[in-house]
Amino acid sequence: MSQDIKNDENLWEVPNAVPLIKVQGVTKRFGSFTAVDNVDLNIYKGELFSLLGGSGCGKTTLLRMLAGFETPTSGTITIDGVDMTDVPPYERPINMMFQSYALFPHMTVESNVAYGLKRDGVEKSEIARRVDEMLAMVELSSFMKRKPHQLSGGQRQRVALARALIKRPKVLLLDEPLGALDKRLRTQTQFELMNIQDKLGVTFVVVTHDQEEAMTLSTRIAVMDEGSFVQIGTPTEIYEFPETRYVAKFIGSANMFNGRVTQDGADHIEISVNDLDTKFYIDHGASVRLNAEIWIAVRPEKIIISKTPPEKPGPNQLKGTIHDIGYLGNMSTYRVEMSNGMIVDVTAPNQTRYRSAKHDLDWDDQVYLSWAPSSAVVLQK
Amino acid sequence: MQRKRSTFLFSVMCFGMAFLYIPILLLIVYSFNYSKLVPVWGGFSVRWYGVLFESEAVWAALMLSLKIAVMNATFATMFGTLAGLALVRFGRFRGRLLFSGMISAPLVMPEVITGLSLLLLFITLNQLIGWPSERGITTITIAHITFSMAYVAVIIQARLAGTDQSLEDAASDLGAKPFRVMTDITLPILAPGMVAGWLLAFTLSLDDLVIASFVSGPGANTLPMLIYSRVRLGLRPDINALATIMILTIGICVVIAGWLMLRKQRQRDQDMQLAAIETLDREF
Ligand SMILES: Nc1ncnc2c1ncn2[C@@H]1O[C@H](COP(=O)(O)OP(=O)(O)OP(=O)(O)O)[C@@H](O)[C@H]1O
Ligand SMILES: [Mg+2]
Repeated sequence: MSQDIKNDENLWEVPNAVPLIKVQGVTKRFGSFTAVDNVDLNIYKGELFSLLGGSGCGKTTLLRMLAGFETPTSGTITIDGVDMTDVPPYERPINMMFQSYALFPHMTVESNVAYGLKRDGVEKSEIARRVDEMLAMVELSSFMKRKPHQLSGGQRQRVALARALIKRPKVLLLDEPLGALDKRLRTQTQFELMNIQDKLGVTFVVVTHDQEEAMTLSTRIAVMDEGSFVQIGTPTEIYEFPETRYVAKFIGSANMFNGRVTQDGADHIEISVNDLDTKFYIDHGASVRLNAEIWIAVRPEKIIISKTPPEKPGPNQLKGTIHDIGYLGNMSTYRVEMSNGMIVDVTAPNQTRYRSAKHDLDWDDQVYLSWAPSSAVVLQK
Repeated sequence: MQRKRSTFLFSVMCFGMAFLYIPILLLIVYSFNYSKLVPVWGGFSVRWYGVLFESEAVWAALMLSLKIAVMNATFATMFGTLAGLALVRFGRFRGRLLFSGMISAPLVMPEVITGLSLLLLFITLNQLIGWPSERGITTITIAHITFSMAYVAVIIQARLAGTDQSLEDAASDLGAKPFRVMTDITLPILAPGMVAGWLLAFTLSLDDLVIASFVSGPGANTLPMLIYSRVRLGLRPDINALATIMILTIGICVVIAGWLMLRKQRQRDQDMQLAAIETLDREF
C-alpha cells in the first residue's frame, strides 16, 4: 500500500500502470489539412501534463478532442477505461478552462460557478455549500454577486478555474490558462495552480506556449510539432536530454554543432566538428555509427568561459572573441565568435558587481570556452 | 488652416441638419395651425388633433398599422434570429452562401419588385389552394415579415460574430445539453440584439407604404396608406397632426432604446474602472 503511494508520483514509470487518459492513433483533419497526426499518449492520474509547441501545431485541437468539442477523424480516446471517442462534451468526466475564460457575461460570479452543478441537478443547498467552498478556495468569496465585467483579469481567471473545478472532474483541461496575465501575477498563479492540483488530486492537462511555465508546472511535458509529438518526458529529461534539434531549440537555447563520429566506444564517443579545430568528447554512449554525420547540442550555461587558456589542450575546448554581451542582471550572455564565424552562446552568472567599466570580460576580448564531457548531448535529427 | 477647415465642416453639417430637420419641424409647427389652409398661419391651436381622433377611418388605420407592426416585429425577430444563428453557428453547410445571399437580398431589392412579386404569389396561392381568400392584414403582415426578418438577421449575425464561441462550448462542457446551451447562454446574449431587431422591424412596418399598397386589399388601409391617399387631394392640417404623432411615437421608441443601450455601456465602463482601481489598491 505504502509502495503504491510512493509510486503515485511517477506512475508513468510503473510498468502496467493503467493510464487515466489513453489516446490511441488519433488523427484530426480539417479538409485536407492534418492538424493532429496519428498521436499516441498516456496520461496518468495526478499528473500535471503540459502540451508545448509552436503556434498552430495542434495543441488546442488535441485538447478540444479530449473535451469532446471535436471528433477525431480516426483513433480512439479512452478516459478512465471508458471509450469516450463519440461521447458528447456534456457527458464527459472532464472540464475545461478556456483561454478566454469564457465566463458567462450575463451571470454573477456565483451563478457562473454554480452552473455545472445546476445542470447536473444537484440539490440547491448542496450547490450553495460547494460554491461557497470553491469561492473560498480561490479567495473570491466577497465577489459572489459581481458580474464578470466587474472583475480584474486575475479575478476572472480564478472564477474560470473555480467553475471548471466545481464538478470535481477527473481531468481538468487548461488552454493557456495564464496567457492573459502579466509576468508577476503569472508566477504567483502558477504556484496557486500547483497547490490546487495537489489539494484536489485532479489530473491537469495544460496547453502552453511558454516553455518556462511548462518547466515550472509539469510532471511531464509533450513537445509538439506539426501535429505530432517530438518528445515526451519530465522537464529534466526534456531539458537535459533533448532528442532532436527542434526540442533543443524550443526548450531553452542550445548551441548546435554538426560533426562526424570519429570514435564510437561503449562508454564514450568522439566527434570532429566540421571546420572547428576541436574534438567533442562525450562520456556516455549513444546509438551512432562510426563516421556518421550527427548533431550535438551544448547548453549555454554548461560552458565555462575564461580569459586564461586551459592548462593543456584537449577535447571540448574552443577559442574565440567576444562578439556581443547581453547583461541580464543576474547573469550575462556572451556571444562568442569562433574562427570559422560560428557564434557560440555562453551564459555565466554575474558573481561580482561591476565596479567600473573595467571588468573581467569585455567586447573583443579573446576567450577560451570549455565544458565537461557529460555536457554535450547527441541529437537524433 | 485647421480653424478654417472646421468652420467649413461645421457649416456643411448645419446645412445638412437643416435640410433634414426643418421640413419635419415645419410639419410639427403646422399641425398646431388653427387655419384650415396649411401654408397660412392662423394662430396656435390643437383643434386638428381633436378632428383627427373623431375620425373612425384614422382610428381603424392606426389600429391596423399597430397590429401589423407588432405581429411583424415579433415573427421577424423569431425568424431573423434563427436565420442569423444558422448563418454564424452551424459552420459551413451545403448551400450556405446561397442562403446568406438570399437572406440579405431583400435589403437591396427595390420595394416595388418585392411588393409586386408578393402580390403575384398571393394571387397564385389563392387560385391554387384558395388561401389567402382575401388580401388585408394577413397578407400585409406576411409581406412585412419577409423583408423585416432580413434586417433582424443582419443584426443578430453581427452580434453573434462579436461573441466568443467558447461561451457555448463552456456551457456544454459543464453539462448543458444543446437545447440548454441555447436557452441559458445563446439567447440571453442575443437578447439586446433581439430587442433592437424588434424595434427596427416595428418601425419598418409602421412606415412602409409601397409594399403594403401592393399586397393590401379593399378596406385594409394602413396609416401610411391613409395619409398618402388623403394628401393626394391636397395638404391637410389633420394629416399634419397625424404625422406629428407618428414622429413622436417613433422618436420616443428610438430615444428609449438608445438611452437603454448607452446606460448599459456607461455602467460597464464604470464597473471596469472600479475593478481596475480595486486591484491596484490591493497590490500597493
Ligand atoms: N475548425 C478548424 N478548421 C480548419 N482548420 C483548423 C480548425 N481548427 C484548427 N485548425 C487548424 O489546425 C491547426 C492547429 O490548430 P490549433 O488551434 O490546434 O493550434 P495550436 O497549437 O493551439 O496553436 P496556438 O498555440 O496558436 O493556439 C492550425 O493550423 C489551424 O489553422
Ligand atoms: Mg491554441
